[in-house]
Amino acid sequence: MILVLIEHDTGVVESTSLQALTFARGLGEPLRGVAFGDGGARALEAAGAYGIEAGTHIRAQESHAPGAWAHAIADLAASTSSPAVVAAGTDRGHEILAHVGARASAPFVANCIAAERDGDAWNLARQRWGGSLLEDARVRGPLTLLTVALHAVAADAVPDAAAVAVDEIEPPFSEDDQRVRKTAFEATSTGAVSLGDARLVVGGGRGVGGAEGFVDLDALATTLGGTVGVSRAVTSAGWRPHAEQIGQTGERIAPDLYIACGISGASQHMVGCRGAKKLLVINTDADAPILARADYAVVGDLHQVVPAITTEVARRRTDDPPER
Amino acid sequence: MNVLVCVKRVPAPGSRIVVTDDALDIDTTHLGFTMSPHEECAVEEAVRQIEAHGGSSVVLTLGPEAAVEQLQHALAIGIDRAILLETDATGWDAIATADAIVEALRTEAANSTPFHLLLFGNEAADSGDYQVAVRVAHALGMPCVSGVKSLEVGDGTLVARRDVRGGAEVFTAPLPAVVAVKEGINLPRFPSVPGRLKARKKEIERRPQAAPTPRVETIRLRVPPEQRSEAEILGRGPDAAPAVVDLLEQLGIVER
Ligand SMILES: Cc1cc2nc3c(=O)[nH]c(=O)nc-3n(C[C@H](O)[C@H](O)[C@H](O)COP(=O)(O)OP(=O)(O)OC[C@H]3O[C@@H](n4cnc5c(N)ncnc54)[C@H](O)[C@@H]3O)c2cc1C
Ligand SMILES: Nc1ncnc2c1ncn2[C@@H]1O[C@H](COP(=O)(O)O)[C@@H](O)[C@H]1O
Repeated sequence: MILVLIEHDTGVVESTSLQALTFARGLGEPLRGVAFGDGGARALEAAGAYGIEAGTHIRAQESHAPGAWAHAIADLAASTSSPAVVAAGTDRGHEILAHVGARASAPFVANCIAAERDGDAWNLARQRWGGSLLEDARVRGPLTLLTVALHAVAADAVPDAAAVAVDEIEPPFSEDDQRVRKTAFEATSTGAVSLGDARLVVGGGRGVGGAEGFVDLDALATTLGGTVGVSRAVTSAGWRPHAEQIGQTGERIAPDLYIACGISGASQHMVGCRGAKKLLVINTDADAPILARADYAVVGDLHQVVPAITTEVARRRTDDPPER
Repeated sequence: MNVLVCVKRVPAPGSRIVVTDDALDIDTTHLGFTMSPHEECAVEEAVRQIEAHGGSSVVLTLGPEAAVEQLQHALAIGIDRAILLETDATGWDAIATADAIVEALRTEAANSTPFHLLLFGNEAADSGDYQVAVRVAHALGMPCVSGVKSLEVGDGTLVARRDVRGGAEVFTAPLPAVVAVKEGINLPRFPSVPGRLKARKKEIERRPQAAPTPRVETIRLRVPPEQRSEAEILGRGPDAAPAVVDLLEQLGIVER
């Protein structure tokens, strides 16, 4: 059986894990789900709709770090002679499988988009460079660990799901497992829409020219109920905090519209906004590479174009208030 | 305190990645090189920890002779020593890389430079394997925290924070420990001119490496099909504003 790590929020399976399950179903072996902590058993039962036959709920404490969980997974993979462990390509999925790989001396291949068994080997396709480059790779051995790139496959339920046989174990976590301890969770209480969830993002790049230049972008974002995001040129210069960075080493966004102002379109930026449904570019350079990816463009100075848009929206709202 | 930081030389591609004819590498003919943004932050963090607690710092890379450029960047920012695990061979997968780093650290420990803090990037910019730090930690029997966005080192322990949905998780671990950091943990400084001059005078310690036997074999690299689109030009300059707002209405972002 192939083991699939099921991440869940108190029993509700994460959509990323549903994608990983859909991916794992294509590997040609029955699946056993593995879930940790409170609600794990419920998550495993729900994951039956995505094709697992069996589930192991591993009881763990709040203070357990992912490295401790990996110990339990490595033991389970060994005792069930699993040829593979699959997880979603989330921070947590990558981290846990890295620890499993280190414990089991097994190869771990991150961000796969396709996998096929070939005798005792796997032929894999995976993302490099945050997804702007693909690699076909081959890996051999009794145990292979794979994370599934996010949004590489659409989650798809099975038509004829059977009930999942869930067992529960309390593994003997060792003293070494407890060296890293989770001591607290600090909730952010801003109430603001996070960049990753925003329906509209107003992006600013080096073309904004400085920290002060962002007043125009902030005003447009406020007017439209959107969120400001930036390129790395902006965060490296210290104009805006890194939390606003979009791209390979920043946030991934998926808004209905991304308005990219003064951004050239480096591949490391573009992998962060591939999820945007529409892209509107505002740039002085009609030949900027980002235009080749844009749906709409305005050629011009963002410091003139952006305030003009904000003014026009305000004008239409006052002249012609929408009916309530 | 002794701090080690591991960095990797990678090309800095622009708007489009081009692969070589044999499809095994990125065509770097027209490209500059850098280290991953996460690693730039790891270097900055190493310098800050030494500034705060005293001690010495070492930067280490496994790569070609040309990776001296990245080592010198780290030295220019304030790292004390640089080690190059020199190799021209390709095929270094994450396991082989971690093994070579572990071997080098065992030699350092035998030469009486045991490290208290080992800093890595969360994932390398090119391969994005998410694991070298974890493998090194396990091999050396050290605890490891990944994805770290804030780090405080105290008396024999560390406190590390990382972002998760809705907030931050706080971890503690005893030293020595491995920490894999993400960009945003700090804002790296730019190297000063005197820093650069000093760096160029420092000796790079070279340790030649035998060719690796990778477990994960690269068959070919390929550029994913691009979603190219012909942009509809809504206008030029501020006169385009009405057309833009028409679009915003059409997309339902602005109420009609
Ligand atoms: C490993 C690695 C990871 C990286 N990760 C990221 C990442 O996560 N996110 C990211 O963004 N970058 C990332 N980068 C950096 C990336 O390669 C680019 O350097 C960066 O995205 C460029 O930012 P920019 O487009 O704002 O600046 P530039 O490339 O300098 O472009 C500025 C643009 O503004 C336009 N402009 C100038 N003035 C005006 C004006 N007045 N009005 C309108 N337009 C104007 C110009 O025509 C130009 O197109 C990474 C790089 C590497 C090597
Ligand atoms: N060739 C290398 N030389 C030195 N450090 C490396 C090398 N490859 C990876 N690392 C370190 O390990 C981290 C994680 O890399 P990876 O697991 O390959 O994604 C990187 O950010 C570096 O800190």
